[in-house]
Amino acid sequence: MRIGIVCPYSWDVPGGVQFHIRDLAEHLIRSGHQVSVLAPADEDTPLPSYAVSAGRAVPVPYNGSVARLNFGFLSAARVRRWLHEGDFDVIHIHEPTSPSLGLLACWAAQGPIVATFHTSNPRSRAMIAAYPILQAALEKISARIAVSEYARRTLVEHLGGDAVVIPNGVDVDFFARAEPKREWSGASNGGAEGETIGFIGRIDEPRKGLPVLMRALPEILAERPGTRLLVAGRGDEEEAVADLPEAMRDRVEFLGMVSDEDKARLLRSVDLYVAPNTGGESFGIILVEAMSAGAPVLASDLDAFAQVLDQGEAGELFRNEDASALAEAAVRLLADPARRAALRARGARHVRRFDWVTVGADILAVYETVTAGAASVATDERSTPRFRFGLSRE
Amino acid sequence: MTTLIWIAVVLLAIAGYLLWTAGRLDRLHTRLDATRAALDAQLLRRASVAQELATSSLLDPAASIVLYQAAQAARQAEEEHREVAESELSQALRAVFAESAQVEAVQQAPGGDAAMGELVEAVRRVPMARRFHNDAVRAARALRRHRKVRWFRLAGHAPFPLAFEMDDELPAALADRVA
Repeated sequence: MRIGIVCPYSWDVPGGVQFHIRDLAEHLIRSGHQVSVLAPADEDTPLPSYAVSAGRAVPVPYNGSVARLNFGFLSAARVRRWLHEGDFDVIHIHEPTSPSLGLLACWAAQGPIVATFHTSNPRSRAMIAAYPILQAALEKISARIAVSEYARRTLVEHLGGDAVVIPNGVDVDFFARAEPKREWSGASNGGAEGETIGFIGRIDEPRKGLPVLMRALPEILAERPGTRLLVAGRGDEEEAVADLPEAMRDRVEFLGMVSDEDKARLLRSVDLYVAPNTGGESFGIILVEAMSAGAPVLASDLDAFAQVLDQGEAGELFRNEDASALAEAAVRLLADPARRAALRARGARHVRRFDWVTVGADILAVYETVTAGAASVATDERSTPRFRFGLSRE
Repeated sequence: MTTLIWIAVVLLAIAGYLLWTAGRLDRLHTRLDATRAALDAQLLRRASVAQELATSSLLDPAASIVLYQAAQAARQAEEEHREVAESELSQALRAVFAESAQVEAVQQAPGGDAAMGELVEAVRRVPMARRFHNDAVRAARALRRHRKVRWFRLAGHAPFPLAFEMDDELPAALADRVA
């Protein structure tokens, strides 16, 4: 099958959607399909052989922050050329509602189009105003995929229609086979004294929830003074520990940005992984990665997290933004190795449904359902300027 | 004179807009036909695999009869009874493959693994195809209900799109298996 994938965000900026697309493309290539990924990228960014640059993304203020987007005449022409040269059986657009490559591809193509909705932002005013334009592009999508039941619900509320739920994929074995590291392990895993708690995420992004964990830390240390907190992610380390009593600051170790390998080793080593995110999550891939590596998970009870953790069966949940609930649950888990072993075993079984083998087969089933009997993807002549000025006929 | 030109310009713009809307509607109808054909294909495929399993002697006689009956009824159903017949096939499949022990027993028999694989693939694709179809129905209906489409009869004689409603819940023992 010839598959075209459209990535809306810059290839050179690490992010959940980009990683998902990279892993999906590599999985599909390994299963013998031809894949081409169209992504925004700077000219000097090294791209893998299957990726095609759609030009540099332009930073513009959008939806309350500065987003890097691709739009305009040149980008639209690039999209059309890519569609024309690729002669795809199916194109798979990610985030079709963000005003970037996804929407452009949707507008310029006709034929079997699959779209994955990763985040479901509440409808912005711009989107309501642009609804008629958006609707004409979005109604070309033959199959919609939502990454979680939560994302599907918001999608149905805002755009109507329906979607199938296919979770994000994780290479479970990569995490399960990682080698634990001694200095990151707790006493029970052959490390130094006490247990270790892991946190991965941007330090300076409050929605990742590190401040909640920092507020809970004094209570945890009061009960279990040997505990160490390992924080991986970029941001200002001084500021993160500013509210912590001086004496407790050496219990927090900052590892900075870590590589994929070190991330897997960190998750393999820690006695407890804590995800205190306060919002803005539509899936929670890090929880699946932690469970794949065999780390017991304690997470805030966001809808998306509760679903990934099977409503608290595969990992424990605490009330969102409640630091003392987090501290109470963490102390209880750290003191109970049997419960942590049970969570490890339950998690290892649970993550199989997120493995690329399962997820990839489901995505391919969607491709096959929409391509059966359909013609291949072509450029939509109605979207070319020539037609709009009435100079061409179909 | 200028008034006439302006009237002509406005009329042309309206005509262009209606033409564009008709194009959208046409594309939606094409998508509707394609998703309906895909749904038909998946339902037929599921019924055939179920019938094949029922006649394969991989199952006990009682389960075979229940499954055969439901699969046969689903294949032969008239259009207006189809949703009920297909839902009954889903229920029969759930009853027969409620336990993972039953699934494993079938898989161990010669040829059973392939048959089971086909069934898993078929029962997972029916809900997908149905959602894609109903999504297309919703999009087509939204546009057809619009004033401009009703007043100018842009939909022509195409029948008003109907959603396909059925029970397509997977058998518990098959839900986590890889197709």
